[in-house]
This record gives sequence, C-alpha cells and structure tokens, in this order.
Amino acid sequence: MSTESENDCEHPETSKEIKLAGKLVDEVLELCDENVFGCYQCGTCASGCPFVEEMDLTPDEVIRHIILDKKEVLNSKTIWLCSTCFICAERCPRDINITVLMEALRQIVLRLSIDETEITCLSEEEKKNIPQMAFVSLFRKNIG
Amino acid sequence: MDMLYYPGCTLKTSAKNLETSAMAIAEKLGYRLVEMEEWNCCGVVASLTSDDLMHHLAPLRNLIHIEDQKQDKVVVLCDMCYNTLKQTDIRVKESQSDLDTLNDFMDKENDYNNTVNIMHFLEFLRDEVGFATLKKKVKKPLKGLKVMPYYGCMLLRPREVAIDDAEDPKIFSDLIKALGAEVVNNPFNIECCGSYRTIDQKELTSRRAKNISSFALEHDADVIMLSCPLCKYNLDVRGKEAESMYDGYRQLPTLYFTQLIALALGLDAESLGLDLNAVDPNPILKKKGVID
Repeated sequence: MSTESENDCEHPETSKEIKLAGKLVDEVLELCDENVFGCYQCGTCASGCPFVEEMDLTPDEVIRHIILDKKEVLNSKTIWLCSTCFICAERCPRDINITVLMEALRQIVLRLSIDETEITCLSEEEKKNIPQMAFVSLFRKNIG
Repeated sequence: MDMLYYPGCTLKTSAKNLETSAMAIAEKLGYRLVEMEEWNCCGVVASLTSDDLMHHLAPLRNLIHIEDQKQDKVVVLCDMCYNTLKQTDIRVKESQSDLDTLNDFMDKENDYNNTVNIMHFLEFLRDEVGFATLKKKVKKPLKGLKVMPYYGCMLLRPREVAIDDAEDPKIFSDLIKALGAEVVNNPFNIECCGSYRTIDQKELTSRRAKNISSFALEHDADVIMLSCPLCKYNLDVRGKEAESMYDGYRQLPTLYFTQLIALALGLDAESLGLDLNAVDPNPILKKKGVID
C-alpha cells in the first residue's frame, strides 16, 4: 500500500543522492552500540512492526543492508516510517535494539543537512488542534 | 497529601481535560497534585544515539528543578513526558560521564544527583492509592459499560521504563474492573497509534486508528480507555476521518482513564471536558446510564 497521498506532507529525502565516504556499518556503530552482526534474520521485528505493510524494506532487511554496505537504505521510506515505538526492540530474540539502529540511520542523513519532512500540508485549524507533542516529535526525528 | 506533579505542554493546551480530571480524582482520593516550579518541555522523544547528549538537556533540567524543590518523587500524566523523563533519568544513572557532561553544560543550574523517582499517575493509583482502595470509593459503578483498554507504546516500551508487562499489561484491565465496567480485550492494544505521523501522514494514521479500534468495535466495546494525549488525538480525530475512508467503519469514542475514574467516583460530568472529542462519548455514556 502506498504511504503517501495528496493529503500528506512532502517527503523529499527519497529523491536525494546520499554519499558516504566510509562503510555504512562503521558509521552506524559510531552512533550506537548494537551488535548488528548478531541478527539471524528471523523476521520477528518485521512481523511485529505496525508499519511494515507501508515500508519498502522490512526492519530485518534494513539490518542486512547495513551489514552489506548497501547505502540505498538511507533513501528508504522505512527509516522515516519508524515511529520509535520499540516493539521490534522489545521482541528481538537476539536483543538487538532495532529502534536505535533506525535512529542512527536517520541521524546519518540528517547530519548531512538533509531534512526529511516539509510541513506543507496542514490547515490552520490542524496547526491549532494537533497536540504540540506531535510537532516536537516530528521535528526532532525528521529535521536536522 | 501533596504530590509534586509535572504537567508538560500538551496538558496545558489540547489535553486540558486530562489535567483537570486527574486533579479532581486526586482530590477526591485525598491527594493534591501540586504543579512543580520552573518546568519546561520534556523533549517529547528520547534521543537514542550514543553521542547526542544535547537532547537530554530539556528532560534533565526538569529533574534538576525537582531536586531544587527538595522533592524525590514526581507524578507525570502524559505518557510521552513520562517516557522521555524516565529514559534520560536512566541514561544518566547508567553513565556518570554523560551526567557530568550534562551537569557541566548547564552551569547556571545545580547539578543533578540522580535522586528523583519518576512515576506515571497510573502507577501512583495502582501502587500508592491501590485499586482496591479506589474500588471502595466508587460511588457510581460503570456497570454495563464495555471498555477497551488501549496502552500504546510509551507506558510499556522500552522495557526499562515499562510500568507493566510490556507484552501482556494488566494495569488498565484491573482499573476498568475496579470501576465496575467490563473489559473488552484487544490484541492490538499495545501497537503504535501512528504517533507524530499524524502531521505528515494523516491517512496512514487513520489506518492505524482503524486497525486498532476495529477489533473492539466488532466485539461490542462502547468506549476506548487510554492515557496518552497523542494516542487520543490519533484514535479520535484520525479515527473519525477513517470513517470516510472505509465503508461501514465507525470510530469508537475515546476517554482518558481519569475521566472514567471521575465518573465512577461520582464527580460532575460537566467539569470533565467530555465534549472535547471528535467522536462524542456522551450518547453512549447516557445510553449506558453512566451520565444523566
């Protein structure tokens, strides 16, 4: 199912070329202390993720991309669809905190001065009524 | 008895009814929620990368100001505030060097000394008041009302901050039974509501609301009980919008746990902000005899 509709905000990140000098796994492990190599691809994270139907890569595929240095994961919708709900981290039988890995991937992109979301889609009424906790969360997760 | 209380931003704007109903029930149970001095935004979401200490400043500053008031316990109503404050507290408890860096950076503030116990209001009701005591104080049992508990994420995950079993929580079910209502279990009740995606992906959030609520609807639930202001917005407003996306779908009304407790304690329904909903709970509450 498509993740975007005419009611949604713009998501410019997927069209931008992201270049990294070093290996992706090294960049990720600079930002967190997770044993990505421990993943045995059981798919528990994917089966529990409430957004997996909307994702272009499942969470276990994201881990594989990190290990195999497939940098196109940085252009995936998946890392931005993750809402940091921690259900994958809670269930991982290898105790890998995939939520933290997703954050590391987002941070790699954001630290290249690439914003993920442009707030173009809200009515004045929505700006008044949506709880401000949603705005602060979105800005912290999707804008560098 | 006075309890120090951290409100957070949303309780002063779109979730005023969560605050007013919590204060009213606390008073009825013999407590007074006293708003802490000099609080600021909690930061809302925890910073997760190992090198990002900057985003722990906001929650830590709140914890410092609690110590400044010579208090060692604070009650929090908003799930996201609770989660963020608690995650920062755990991080600085586990890393003295991170705490030192943050303390040094905030050189105009006193140092934080790791003494604050952060407690969600639900924990306070379960562990300090006790649901058995609460049950005894119920004046108007919610008999016949079928309630689906919805936990969302922030009360339960990550496991270090969970107030209950992360996979099989009981706190809402126990509370619902103490109020005399009937529990409608739902296998989706610990799944994410869509959270801040409500801003940039509204239809996705509407789908989340529908996926979470449909099971309860099919099992004849009357209302959804929850605690987080953002979950409430998403299930209520985005759920209402889902009605035009899916034939035959009807969004169930949502109520804060504090509002249902207040009704069971016999507090005046007019003061509980029951009208601040996209899906009006009043008709079903009247039909079930919960309100007049």
